[in-house]
Amino acid sequence: MTASRPTPAVAADHERLTESVSGTLAARNAVEPLSGWQRLHRFFHANPTAAPAIVLLAAIAAFTLIVGGRFLSPFNLSLVLQQVTIIGTLGVAQTLIILTMGIDLSVGAIMVLCTVVMGRMAVDFGLPPFGALLLGLGAGALCGAINGSLVTRVKLPPFIVTLGTWNIFFALNLWYSKSETIRSQDIESAAPLLQWTGHAIDVFGARLTYGSLLMLGLFGLVWFALNWTAWGRHVYATGDDKDAAELAGIRTRRVLQSIYVLAGLICGLAAWLMIGRIGSVSPQVGFMSNLDSITAVVIGGTSLFGGRGSIFGTLIGALIVGIFRNGLALAGVDVLWQQFTVGLLIIVAVAIDQWIRRVSA
Amino acid sequence: MTDETTPVLSARGLIKRYGRVTALDSADFDLYPGEVLAVIGDNGAGKSSLIKALSGAVVPDAGEIRMNGRPISFRNPMEAREAGIETVYQTLAVAPSLGIADNLFLGRELRKPGILGSVFRMLDKAEMRRRATQQLSDLGLLTIQNITQAVETLSGGQRQGVAVARSAAFGSKVVILDEPTAALGVKESRRVLNLIKDVRNRGLPVVLISHNMPHVFEVADRIHVHRLGRRAAVIRPDTHSMSDAVAIMTGAVDGDAAA
Repeated sequence: MTASRPTPAVAADHERLTESVSGTLAARNAVEPLSGWQRLHRFFHANPTAAPAIVLLAAIAAFTLIVGGRFLSPFNLSLVLQQVTIIGTLGVAQTLIILTMGIDLSVGAIMVLCTVVMGRMAVDFGLPPFGALLLGLGAGALCGAINGSLVTRVKLPPFIVTLGTWNIFFALNLWYSKSETIRSQDIESAAPLLQWTGHAIDVFGARLTYGSLLMLGLFGLVWFALNWTAWGRHVYATGDDKDAAELAGIRTRRVLQSIYVLAGLICGLAAWLMIGRIGSVSPQVGFMSNLDSITAVVIGGTSLFGGRGSIFGTLIGALIVGIFRNGLALAGVDVLWQQFTVGLLIIVAVAIDQWIRRVSA
Repeated sequence: MTDETTPVLSARGLIKRYGRVTALDSADFDLYPGEVLAVIGDNGAGKSSLIKALSGAVVPDAGEIRMNGRPISFRNPMEAREAGIETVYQTLAVAPSLGIADNLFLGRELRKPGILGSVFRMLDKAEMRRRATQQLSDLGLLTIQNITQAVETLSGGQRQGVAVARSAAFGSKVVILDEPTAALGVKESRRVLNLIKDVRNRGLPVVLISHNMPHVFEVADRIHVHRLGRRAAVIRPDTHSMSDAVAIMTGAVDGDAAA
């Protein structure tokens, strides 16, 4: 009966083992030399925006060499910023959703629907511009809430939910707009506020639109919320491992719902920037920008598997796409090679993400 | 020694049925101040159901749970946690990509004092890191050098250490550990066993659910043997052997007679 109890000799051995083990554990991380490759991996693992930032700087340097000073002029760079304003803003919404291991195919459709709501409210119904703007933003939040409820309550996969609502919101947009464009001059006379985001200030030759400044402000705001509030930590934890987050006391359903509503609201904001950018309201423009927003997020280093990534990565991702398109165009390369390059960037970005995600390289 | 003190956590006649399966069949449970109580039992004996009832994860159909002598009931894990019972689940419930400090405070983050915290909801990262470092060094876990290091870069034992540190930091009354050494190697298991002793030495009673007899016999003060949904016996490692425990667990020896 006593055979299974440790003998004193064995117990003493245990003690020695214990002593040496705590020593070994302490020493393990410090002593073992890291190869250069491992150190690089560790750096990228700790800094998810580092890889896209390097690509962005390299692209800027390369195009400056190829195209010359024309590319690097403040005017041209501010043009790139204007060109990425819509995708960048939708990218913020997309990043939030992808961080929770979801995907939102409906962002573009929500945005177009919101432009139509804003335009019709102001032009056809004569609402004060500010009221029309608020209703448009509210429509975006409502669309997001519908997506969120289907994901959290009916428990459908986000891909399916937003594939469905992408079609539904786009069809509603065609119905509500009667497939008619609202002309720029009508908006200008009824609600100049809606076009305000297209106005610009000149800084040293750079044309900064209020829209692109709003986008940058939005990035800052969401960065703060993700990194400096408990809600932001919960978003990451939920995307990382939903069950674990639940056990840790996080109400993951509430977190997810808030993410979808916020994403919808941001699509509403993108609608305002869209009206400023093109002047008119067209029910046919921009509903495909869902894929461009996913591209920006992925190139920006946010993982499609959730819980990993950063909001400024998405800004960098959108800028990388913008810089490549602009630079290639200035270099006189055929448009089809722009698309080719973007495709290449996506694949490389995801390959790098897979490598970074591996904990031991 | 235990007869005159009030148990920190006790249960009488807990019953839990899942359809036709009776997981808890009038189970009793007692945890006394400052002890490590191991709960052992064969697969399907109802250990998990017992622990879930005590940590609020399931609501028993009948029976009474008392904390420090006062009846108490938990409708969900949050209520048990608020009452001071912290559970470390086998799956650890950590967010791998977040840092150690973030994980220690996950779900109960500290906010900055003043307007930054109340209006802007800003986290007090410095204070959380300071307290996390303090907590880890109290438990002798300062082998972890960087408190912002992502948990996924830690070894299995270190992760377990973070989870235990979290429970010890917030568990004011009871810490429940579910199979903490099951997924660990020899060295790391040793580290966690020492950690369990450290937590007890700080005065916090620990409930340890484990399949590993040598581990149980090493750290436990008393051993609750669960069989067929109820407490078969409570034995002490210094008066009973592992073979005795296995005999009671499998029903080869009658629990009451053995204890």
